[in-house]
Amino acid sequence: MIEVRGLTKRYGAKTAVDGLTFGIEPGKVTGFLGPNGAGKTTTMRCILGLDYADEGTITVDGQQYHDMAYPMREVGALLDAKAVHGGRSAYNHLLCLAQTNGLPRRRVDEVLELVGLSEVARKRSKGFSLGMSQRLGIAGTMLGDPQVLMFDEPVNGLDPEGILWIRNLMKALAAEGRTVFVSSHLMSEMEYTADHLIVIGRGKLIADCSMSEFISRSSGASVRVRTPSAQDLVTAVTAKGGVAGIDTEGDGAVEVRGMTAEAVGDIAFEQGLRLHELTTIRASLEEAFMELTASSVEYRAAVPGAGVTAGTTIGSGV
Amino acid sequence: MTSPGAQLSKLPPASGRAGLRGAIASEFTKIRSVRSTYWTLAALLIVSIGIGIAICAGTAANMTNNPGNKAGFDATQASLGAFFEIGQLIIAVLGAMVITSEYSTGMIRTSLTAMPRRGVVYAAKAIVFTTVTLIVSLVTSFVAFFVGQALLSSHGVAASLFHTVTIPANANVHCTGGGPGRGPQGCTATFFGTDVIHPSAVLVAVIGTALFVTIVAIISFGVGAIVRHTAGTISIVIATLFIIPILEQALPDNWRWDIMRFLPDAANQVVSVTVGPGNMHLWSAWPQLGVTALWAAVLLTIGAYLFRKRDA
Repeated sequence: MIEVRGLTKRYGAKTAVDGLTFGIEPGKVTGFLGPNGAGKTTTMRCILGLDYADEGTITVDGQQYHDMAYPMREVGALLDAKAVHGGRSAYNHLLCLAQTNGLPRRRVDEVLELVGLSEVARKRSKGFSLGMSQRLGIAGTMLGDPQVLMFDEPVNGLDPEGILWIRNLMKALAAEGRTVFVSSHLMSEMEYTADHLIVIGRGKLIADCSMSEFISRSSGASVRVRTPSAQDLVTAVTAKGGVAGIDTEGDGAVEVRGMTAEAVGDIAFEQGLRLHELTTIRASLEEAFMELTASSVEYRAAVPGAGVTAGTTIGSGV
Repeated sequence: MTSPGAQLSKLPPASGRAGLRGAIASEFTKIRSVRSTYWTLAALLIVSIGIGIAICAGTAANMTNNPGNKAGFDATQASLGAFFEIGQLIIAVLGAMVITSEYSTGMIRTSLTAMPRRGVVYAAKAIVFTTVTLIVSLVTSFVAFFVGQALLSSHGVAASLFHTVTIPANANVHCTGGGPGRGPQGCTATFFGTDVIHPSAVLVAVIGTALFVTIVAIISFGVGAIVRHTAGTISIVIATLFIIPILEQALPDNWRWDIMRFLPDAANQVVSVTVGPGNMHLWSAWPQLGVTALWAAVLLTIGAYLFRKRDA
């Protein structure tokens, strides 16, 4: 359980995190989302005491990080897989970490085995690929068998196999009842792993909700229905307060918004309408996330052709 | 994925609190597991002893032709000169790197996540580095001394840690030959007066030089903790130890020494001297080493304060 209350962190005149409050619960993967520069890493650094908060309090399982008797037994954190001395072997890197918390030496071999790095344990880590470095970092987090795990952008730059491995690991750790807090700037990444979401932008909280809540909240969610009686369905759905329209350009399916697939099915049943398809179309979460954080993106590149806003009439597409 | 926790054995129950003992073990693992440590310490040994050998062998050869050079010759200082002049530079590099490499590699974030009590991390680092440096410095100092004396022993000027040595204090030199048509040059010397080299003074020189080099290493460590940048740290340390004393030469003689004796490098002008009165303007070996140690203590303390206070 991580509790952040009123966290504010300034670097000079720039406020990186602004009055952030949230809680992270055990037993699930909590995604920490925000565009680059939103303050995710800063927040994580403050939780670990690497940076000092200007205001606010942070506790992990009721304790401040620097007060923990054996921090590695409570929290395992990987902020930057490359934050190791490249001249040191994987084994010695993990050993020097384990020793700080009085963890037994055999533990090092165990975590190397766990992440599949036993073969290269004696190799200097400067020759490691990013994927191997991530595994080494994760091995470090598992040394103390902690109940709370934090990962900052763990899949950045990984190949598909590495991404899959990390996703599965995070889910497995949460399934064991641990608190898993993982940041990303990509919604698509979180879609597969996170149960809960904390979304921030410009250091402020934008959303703190379950993944399913976030999905249903996103404006684009709709139900696609194919039926021989399209017009009757539109009438019936509209009567119950839904918004429905017929996709005349495509296959003539009905698109319903503001209603679940279950509700649409029930209406069709009551009206005796035959259905050939009834599907929930999830809006792309990436789009929903971009929409949510659009105003908080700090650095926006001018993309040629993408800067055309609604209302500007260029060409004759209408 | 199978349950990751199930693949790990159960940890023994924890009691007490992670502290200095674990941090020292960790810092020792760190210092012994990177090649730069071995490179620097090997360079320290080879350069200090090697150049010491060259100086003593060269001096010995020179004494064969010019026996007058034996007068007032400080064999201890000759054998240790390379160590305290060049050795201090090499060890300053290691002192800087022990702490700045944590920042240049980003390891500091991992180190402080494992052990968030920063004072403990800093103390452990300083203790381990100082201990390693002191041991290697003592070995270097004694080896350089013994090898150097062995090379000079045939001329009767070698100092000893075990008995008093008496050498001539002054010489009248008479040379013949040399130059075109006059045959090879040869000099003879008649000596008068004596200098007595006490073993206690020799021991102070050998140990004091090792201490001086170790204290310089701590100065570099302290500056490293303040600057957090390898090249910057080494530049500052070199400037302090070598350039400022040169600039000081430009100051008027009547008050120059009042400043000089408070500089960290002043000790190296007195600590290895075993013959004659030494530099009359400076204090003796121990007080001058005390001045150097005071610099080290101040810098180490400022470094500790900043290490704890700043964002990592």
